[in-house]
Amino acid sequence: MERIQRKNKVRDFHQAKWNEPIIFELHQKGERGVDIPLSDQAVAAEVGNGVSAIPEGMLRKEKPNLPEIGQARVLRHYVRLSQETLGSDFNVEIGQGTCTMKYIPKINELLVRNPKIMELHPLQDESTVQGMLEIIYNLDVCMREISGMDHFSFQPSGGTQALFAMASIARKYHESRGEAEQRNEIITTIFSHPSQAATAAVKGFKVITLHPDEEGFPDIEKLKAAVSERTAGFVVANPEDTGIYNPRIKEFTDIVHQAGGLCYYDQANANGLLGITRAREAGFDMCFFNLHKTFAAPHMCGGPATGALGVVEELKEFLPAPIVEFDGEKYYLNEDLPQSIGKVRAFHGVAQTVLRSYAWIRALGPDGLKEVAQTAVLNNNYLYSKIQKIRGASAPYVKGQRLEQVRYSWEQMAQETGVTTEDVQRRMTDFGLHYWTSHHPYIVPQPFTLEPTESYSKADLDEYIAALEQISEEAYENPEIVQDAPYNSTIHKLDEQDFLDHPEKWCITWRAYQKKTKQPERI
Amino acid sequence: MKNKVHPYIPNMVPEVKEDMLKEIGVPSVMELYSCIPEELHLKNEMNIPKALTEYELRRHIEGLLNKNVSADEYINFLGAGCWQHFVPAVCDEVNQRSEFLTAYAGEPYEDHGRYQALFEYQSLLAELVDMDVVNVPTFDWGQAAATSLRMAARLTGRKKILLASTVAPERMKIIVNYGSPELDFDFVDFEKDTGLLDMKDLKAKISDETAAIYFENPSYLGFIESQGAEISEVARENEALLVVGVDPISLGVLAPPSQYGADIVCGDLQPLGMHMNYSGGQAGFIATRDEEKFINEYPSRLFGIVPTVKEGEYGFGDVAYDRTSFALREKGKESVGTQTALWGITAGVYLSLLGPNGMYELGQAIMQNSQYAVKQLNKLPGVKGSRLTSPFFKEFIIDFNDTGLSVETINKKLLDQKIFGGKDLSKEFPEYGQSALYCVTEVHTKDDIDHLITSLQEIVTN
Repeated sequence: MERIQRKNKVRDFHQAKWNEPIIFELHQKGERGVDIPLSDQAVAAEVGNGVSAIPEGMLRKEKPNLPEIGQARVLRHYVRLSQETLGSDFNVEIGQGTCTMKYIPKINELLVRNPKIMELHPLQDESTVQGMLEIIYNLDVCMREISGMDHFSFQPSGGTQALFAMASIARKYHESRGEAEQRNEIITTIFSHPSQAATAAVKGFKVITLHPDEEGFPDIEKLKAAVSERTAGFVVANPEDTGIYNPRIKEFTDIVHQAGGLCYYDQANANGLLGITRAREAGFDMCFFNLHKTFAAPHMCGGPATGALGVVEELKEFLPAPIVEFDGEKYYLNEDLPQSIGKVRAFHGVAQTVLRSYAWIRALGPDGLKEVAQTAVLNNNYLYSKIQKIRGASAPYVKGQRLEQVRYSWEQMAQETGVTTEDVQRRMTDFGLHYWTSHHPYIVPQPFTLEPTESYSKADLDEYIAALEQISEEAYENPEIVQDAPYNSTIHKLDEQDFLDHPEKWCITWRAYQKKTKQPERI
Repeated sequence: MKNKVHPYIPNMVPEVKEDMLKEIGVPSVMELYSCIPEELHLKNEMNIPKALTEYELRRHIEGLLNKNVSADEYINFLGAGCWQHFVPAVCDEVNQRSEFLTAYAGEPYEDHGRYQALFEYQSLLAELVDMDVVNVPTFDWGQAAATSLRMAARLTGRKKILLASTVAPERMKIIVNYGSPELDFDFVDFEKDTGLLDMKDLKAKISDETAAIYFENPSYLGFIESQGAEISEVARENEALLVVGVDPISLGVLAPPSQYGADIVCGDLQPLGMHMNYSGGQAGFIATRDEEKFINEYPSRLFGIVPTVKEGEYGFGDVAYDRTSFALREKGKESVGTQTALWGITAGVYLSLLGPNGMYELGQAIMQNSQYAVKQLNKLPGVKGSRLTSPFFKEFIIDFNDTGLSVETINKKLLDQKIFGGKDLSKEFPEYGQSALYCVTEVHTKDDIDHLITSLQEIVTN
């Protein structure tokens, strides 16, 4: 046979397309997916049919209109849907900036499938969960080293919930000093995650958003103008979602402290900082890390996850209870936090994620963690150098000074060709690659945010760059190719108009679809 | 000394690193950190143990896990917000698929399968709760309840919330934390012998300032609240909304709250195919009618079905995205972010496996087993199998007051018999003295229950 030629710079790809029906369409009356354990006959003999005890009016009269499907068909349906989902396990997932899509070690998945974590009840006697508590405590100790904070809670189950918990602590802290009424403002920056502003508002704060200076740095003069006796707190990511690290961060936290506010740190962008610099030295009172980002827990289609919440000693008593402590002999749950904000999530949070992140830290060790940070920064700067050479692409703001990610812009390409960042997004799927634009609002025009992490090789990065180069060429030569994409994805371009924003047309469930398209409602 | 290349970090290879530095135009990686002021650089090494190889790591973690005793090994009667149920193998197979496990925020194109699976979850749960709209899952029941109540407050333009005093205390803490300072909470009393909401107290406390009434059914204490329709009527008369929290696994046999007047229904998905995971299986849901005013108040993502440019093909997208904090930051409806999507997909798998008949049989088995347990408990001296006289689902209060023993003592002795006794209620509901909340489901065999009975017999008679 002749030698196989590999000439394409980009991947010749086509995603799985099964054209799988909606699960209700698989219904066949009489089929069943699983047998559930029924009561013992002797039990039934003693108590009768059980449901006769249900009070009048509380018995369900008609069974739920769920489909009846054999087990193999249910499995095949979902496995096919999984194949139509581009997980990070088989994707150079550097296109989801701010989310630190890194390698998810398989050993950790094996460990969380152990019945000795899966089948633990959160209210079991402490003597029966010593191993679990030790894992939680050990992770706490590691996180203290990484951040400089004094105590961690793993109860918040996502970054948004950790931000909410920190806003709650800020309120409770000022309440404890009799200043809750007066201190009703939280200051944040536009290049921080939308949840920082949103959770502060949920907690009843007025939100002040600072815009950057011309070089992309948070503007210290604007901060000075914003702080006052009304300042409850300052929340920021550093680096921000632009990848630019604010070198004056300590001055920022000093200014807020002088005004009487608390400083809390969104460490969603911490991957370039492990072992390099910490929250404490930068003057923060609280911080949180997404264990599903920097600490290699999987994203699971969007949770469950963990926002590991760390505080300085003075704020320990405000943490959501309980926290895990060690008395020298045994691990225990400490409920005695007099100023606790209460709870943000049931029981102890997501234990599997805690275990995964602890395992990941132990697999790296202190030197490995530092290598993670340095390699993430190396990879990002390599990408940064290459992407600025692509026609129509740019990286607004200060030259250089990017850590683990960069917010880029296709502004020039859009102006010259009409091809937008959303068009590029759809076209990237034709090469088996994910690409995210950015959070709204688009302060950087036609934005995209890339975060290569430490997980990808130079060859992986080059593949991603080659795809962007090809799209840029297409945009300048034949923009329709990009604008009408995708072609090799599971589905074609959505015809979104009306179907998502008009009450008469949107269909959020199959039964709503049946009603709105005038089909019989019951299967 | 150069570090060994770590398996998770390919670009530690020195030659590759050199190449990349050359492209960047800097002599060393640390040069790239020049933007961080010297005084902020960490001077010392982190005090974290040295790296383990994969094999060492497995030994270490499994060694720690082996110190645990799981509900697989002992018989577990704990519930109280996290419940042990049968988990079909297909649920685990699907949620362990690497595609779903490692996906995140893909677009409707490359993640068509994720969108479809979540749309189907919304649709399947909608049938179970008999409502037309269900959201992409939230964090857990408590947070879903808090958001439901905040939605009710926005919908009515009112701030006062009436909560049944039987709402789970843990959930109450979440609700109050998420609700304050925006909402004002007041608590409606309950009848001590039945657990039912005190209608007189409700009528005395409700007013034209009340945004919503919230109760749970089956309640935290296990009883079935049979006054749903009357409570709903009181809400209507005062133009308040009715929000009901529900354990969805009861809905094969119990009427869904929408059928007795609930405007917003919320609850936890954990029973529908999630292992307990020391509380890692919790996931919240919210359901409403398909009305614009309700949709506009959801903070969550709502996936809708959409045609594509190709005839006969469909995809999915975000319905009314512009209401979310992703679109509007602090001006959006509350906040949205990473919550518990994979558990939504799993609950969808669970409901498609069980179907209408499985859900009915399951509800029936739970009722039979738990009734059997109560009947046997009542035969024990000094033990009242169910402190409340109302019918119950899955959970019930065992009254140990007449045994002269504390629940703490009893639970310690049960542990010796390899039994996790029920949750001690003496702090949360002191009015019931030494009582415990027990949970009996389809996983409990007659032998399991009989073992509990004989163990308790021995404890209370010695």
